[in-house]
Amino acid sequence: MWKFAATRIGMAIPTLVIVALAVFILVRLIPGDPAALMLGDSADAASLAALREQLGLNASLPTQFLVWSGHVLQGDLGQSISNRQPVAALIWERFAVSAQIVLPAVLLATLVAVPLGMLAAWRQGRITDLALVATATLLLSLPAFWMGLLLLMFFALKLGWFPVVGFVAFGENPQQALLYLVLPITTLLLHEIGVILRMTRASTLEVLHLDYITHARAKGLSEMTVMLRHAFKSAFGPTWTLLGLILGNLLAGVAVIETVFTIPGLGRLLVDAIFARDYPLIQGCLLFIASIYVLVNLFVDLLYPIFDPRVAAS
Amino acid sequence: MTPSPTLLQIQNLSLSAGAGKLVVRNASLQLAAGEIVGIVGESGSGKTMLSRAVMRLTPHAISRSAGDILLDGQSLYAMNERQLRAVRGPRVAMVFQEPMTSLTPTLSIGEQLLEGLRMHLPQAREEHMPRIHAMLERVGLRDTQRILSAFPHEFSGGMRQRIMIASAMLLRPALLIADEPTTALDAVVQREVMEMMLELTRENGTAVLLISHDLPMVARYADRMVVMKQGDIVETGLTAQVLAAPAHDYTRQLLRTLPQRRAPRQIDRTTPLMSARDLVLEFGGRQRWFRKGAPARVLKGISLDIFPGEVVAVVGESGSGKTTLGMILSGLLQPTSGSLRYKGQPLLPGSPGFKDYRYNCQMVFQDPYSSLDPRMTVQALVAEALRMAEGLSASDKRERVQQALADVGLGGDFATRYPHELSGGQRQRVAIARVLVRRPALMIADEAVSALDVTVRAQVLDLLAELQQRYGFSCLFISHDLGVVEQIADRVIVVQGGVIAEQGTRDAVFDQPQNPYTRQLLDAIPMLQATPDGGVHLRWRHAEGRTNAPADNAAYPA
Amino acid sequence: MNRRSLSFWLGAGLVSVVVVVALLATFWTPYDPLKLDFKTRLAAPGWQHWMGTDELGRDVLSRLMRGTATSIRISLSTVFLATFFGVLIGALSGYLRGWPDRILMAINDALLAFPGLLMALGLLAVFGASTSGIIIALALAYASSVVRVVRGTVLGLRERDFVRASRVMGNSETYTLLRHVLPNCIAPVIVMATSMCGWIILAESSLSFLGLGVAPPAPTWGNMLAGSRSYVSQAAWLAIFPGLAISLALLGINLLGDALRDRLDPRMRRRV
Repeated sequence: MWKFAATRIGMAIPTLVIVALAVFILVRLIPGDPAALMLGDSADAASLAALREQLGLNASLPTQFLVWSGHVLQGDLGQSISNRQPVAALIWERFAVSAQIVLPAVLLATLVAVPLGMLAAWRQGRITDLALVATATLLLSLPAFWMGLLLLMFFALKLGWFPVVGFVAFGENPQQALLYLVLPITTLLLHEIGVILRMTRASTLEVLHLDYITHARAKGLSEMTVMLRHAFKSAFGPTWTLLGLILGNLLAGVAVIETVFTIPGLGRLLVDAIFARDYPLIQGCLLFIASIYVLVNLFVDLLYPIFDPRVAAS
Repeated sequence: MTPSPTLLQIQNLSLSAGAGKLVVRNASLQLAAGEIVGIVGESGSGKTMLSRAVMRLTPHAISRSAGDILLDGQSLYAMNERQLRAVRGPRVAMVFQEPMTSLTPTLSIGEQLLEGLRMHLPQAREEHMPRIHAMLERVGLRDTQRILSAFPHEFSGGMRQRIMIASAMLLRPALLIADEPTTALDAVVQREVMEMMLELTRENGTAVLLISHDLPMVARYADRMVVMKQGDIVETGLTAQVLAAPAHDYTRQLLRTLPQRRAPRQIDRTTPLMSARDLVLEFGGRQRWFRKGAPARVLKGISLDIFPGEVVAVVGESGSGKTTLGMILSGLLQPTSGSLRYKGQPLLPGSPGFKDYRYNCQMVFQDPYSSLDPRMTVQALVAEALRMAEGLSASDKRERVQQALADVGLGGDFATRYPHELSGGQRQRVAIARVLVRRPALMIADEAVSALDVTVRAQVLDLLAELQQRYGFSCLFISHDLGVVEQIADRVIVVQGGVIAEQGTRDAVFDQPQNPYTRQLLDAIPMLQATPDGGVHLRWRHAEGRTNAPADNAAYPA
Repeated sequence: MNRRSLSFWLGAGLVSVVVVVALLATFWTPYDPLKLDFKTRLAAPGWQHWMGTDELGRDVLSRLMRGTATSIRISLSTVFLATFFGVLIGALSGYLRGWPDRILMAINDALLAFPGLLMALGLLAVFGASTSGIIIALALAYASSVVRVVRGTVLGLRERDFVRASRVMGNSETYTLLRHVLPNCIAPVIVMATSMCGWIILAESSLSFLGLGVAPPAPTWGNMLAGSRSYVSQAAWLAIFPGLAISLALLGINLLGDALRDRLDPRMRRRV
């Protein structure tokens, strides 16, 4: 078991290094001179040269990479060009906001969709199954930003139940914060229910055809016991992996929801940075999101043996 | 003599797969307490569905269209779910074929054994444990504490099957349904597990419904025998009687598939066609992340010769190295060390003899469902073999293809069909035609008939024998089934653990085996004696003193 | 009609409608999608303008049709590119194994470490938001998924006896790869390509919505939705129709993909 954990962690490290390298190279490819961006068009050649020297842009690329990596490992992601604040602090602050939307949404979606997916598989071919699949397919076909817009139009604008714009941090004022969070979380929730339900249904169906399910029934166990004790764990495995992928994808994908509801989250930060050509910020966001994605998937992988002990043995 | 109480009665049962298609038609069967009844049939016979029906565990798509099943006089089809659950486990238990997929991979062995017990005998966990330990030991497992906390994937097939039997017998059911219980296991393990299972059922007075395609095995252990074909029961009766005087044509057909020896042939063994010396194959000595791989030696120094025109059988169980040997001889694998010679020339890529060898040494694979490219027609599949043939014009090639297909019995419009339109036996014929079309010097058949139904198997073996006789090619026939080998081989090589345990002519190995391992393998197959009524009398070399077959102690001359 | 065929025909129907509209729009739309007409600003849907007009008096239906053409064009180009390179790399990597495979997979895994949209965002920062920029960015972002699927399929196929048979026959590795392995990859690639169309359309719309897609005044579904936000209380139709278009397209693709997957996937052995 420990060998398994060590191997997985060991594989994650080079991945992180390559991620850092990729981000570094990518950002270097962005057209434009960072010094000029920072000082503006009217700066003279001398100040530009001085700034370039200061930013370490005259050193060779590998050196720049190593210097930058060193900074990163100490938590220093540079300073944002557009608003003169440390990138790391900005990212962290905005990440906290995005997380308040993404995490509850995915958690609730899982709690709803997994039992429903298993129910659909159990009742394969019957009305319950058809209805659930149709609903799930519909839910995942509606783009999240449109759904958000529609919900906003109806519940906030028309009915006035929720605020239209803005955000209040949970720490400051929980009640207020909830009002701001309900619609964005619901939007995301509905979409993810569609995705997770279908995946759970598919993997449960596969499991239900296997011999060991028939064997469990042959022992005289009730259907409920068979489904929950025998089918659930194996069926959940692929969904668990999917959850890791979903979380990772949402870290960037939530940008559209943040745009619809005007929420100062991480996704929006990245998009704004791109518009502003704020390359330290772009770099920081890319690195942060990709790293979280790698770590989340590592975590998902490490816990996978709970659902399928065979994985740890290989 | 007082009649035994009838435990199970299947009355005119018909099972339908929807749209009027019947998988079981009007089946009637009786089982007395403590009796062992065997159901024999090939794929599509309905035997598995019938057995599942006894537990009312047929798949969703299958439903009863007529008839009933009575257990102790009570109709199973009249019971509701709750009553059925009280039957499953304490009254009727089941052992499945595939030990690899029959135990839930996510639960420990202990949990799985315990839950069955606790479902029907609500007592505290601790009170069940002694019983579980005792049963595990009874089925031949040691270190029972460790086993209980382990997971299924940590065990071999044989051990898992023992665990399954333990699980089934824990509640001392009145009836045990054993559906191909040992088919997926190696020959030697098969016998051990079967005999352990039957001892256990005898001790507990449990009746057994033994289902298998393996007629000799059923004949060996069952009191009564039922033969099924395409959903119908075609014959039932006492085992010895059914064997000695079969009433139905199909039964006769099945009996004819039992291994028969041909007369020994004269083979010129002066110059070998192919020679292998000291073949060694090692796997995986590479350094992996945190662990140094110890190289596994699959072949530990094998030397053999194949002479022109002879059929050499290589026999062994899984892991013996026989398949690896075939792959090395066909060029798919390079040996770690050792030499190969073809027509006297050493085989090195690039040497002139190599091309000749490559052209002349061809292979028929085991799985008919994966050895043909699903996107090519039969014609294309066979013609591909002639792509690189020298000295043949296009029309010559076409003629050869036609000839090859006709030789294997697939003439006419078979040429334009696709693999998915063919049966398993037909696909194997295409595979044989593909080899034949080159008129090769050597055909390597790797378990070429193992995946086929017995009647089809007999046909393909006859075909192979006939083609071999006609065209005179050598054949390396790899198999785990000694019965098949008996039928087709001139010489036999027994492989165990990567080395040759014994080799000799067929008669020598079968009648005077020197090696104890060979004797063990031979114990698993019957000897046949024809009866005047068109049946057979089966005898085993090493009877255990308890089965119906009369003991034959004149097994081996010292 | 069973569930699978219903799925197939409904999906195919929706997709066909979208494709037909796209094709049509390249030659003709009821009005010029770019023509401004301040007199008819924010007109509700009616006889003159079936889907109403936007804040600059432009006909929504025409813009939607033109947007459909743009989206379809971008998606198909992207899917084609991603599939082509994905199959090439995945097949070579899976078939050859050894060092080339390890290096390619290390790179691919690293690429997969970036969620699709994130990578697209990052690449757009480099390439700029032109049509070709978007296509390249999206293709690069999603090609790694294709590589993984194709490589997996090829690895499985390599062990199939008919591939071994080809080698035993003496055929070269190249021949075996081209004649036996690749043609049998078609089924999973088709399934994958269909799903990918869906992801790409969604990604492209999302990027447009964020302002990183094709620039206005050229209409795309995404930027039309983005533009509708300011007028949401006055002109709800501006938000409804573009979103509906995306949803119908995605629904069609998902249904079609489901039906194809059912038909092609495990039946691969028995029916190709």
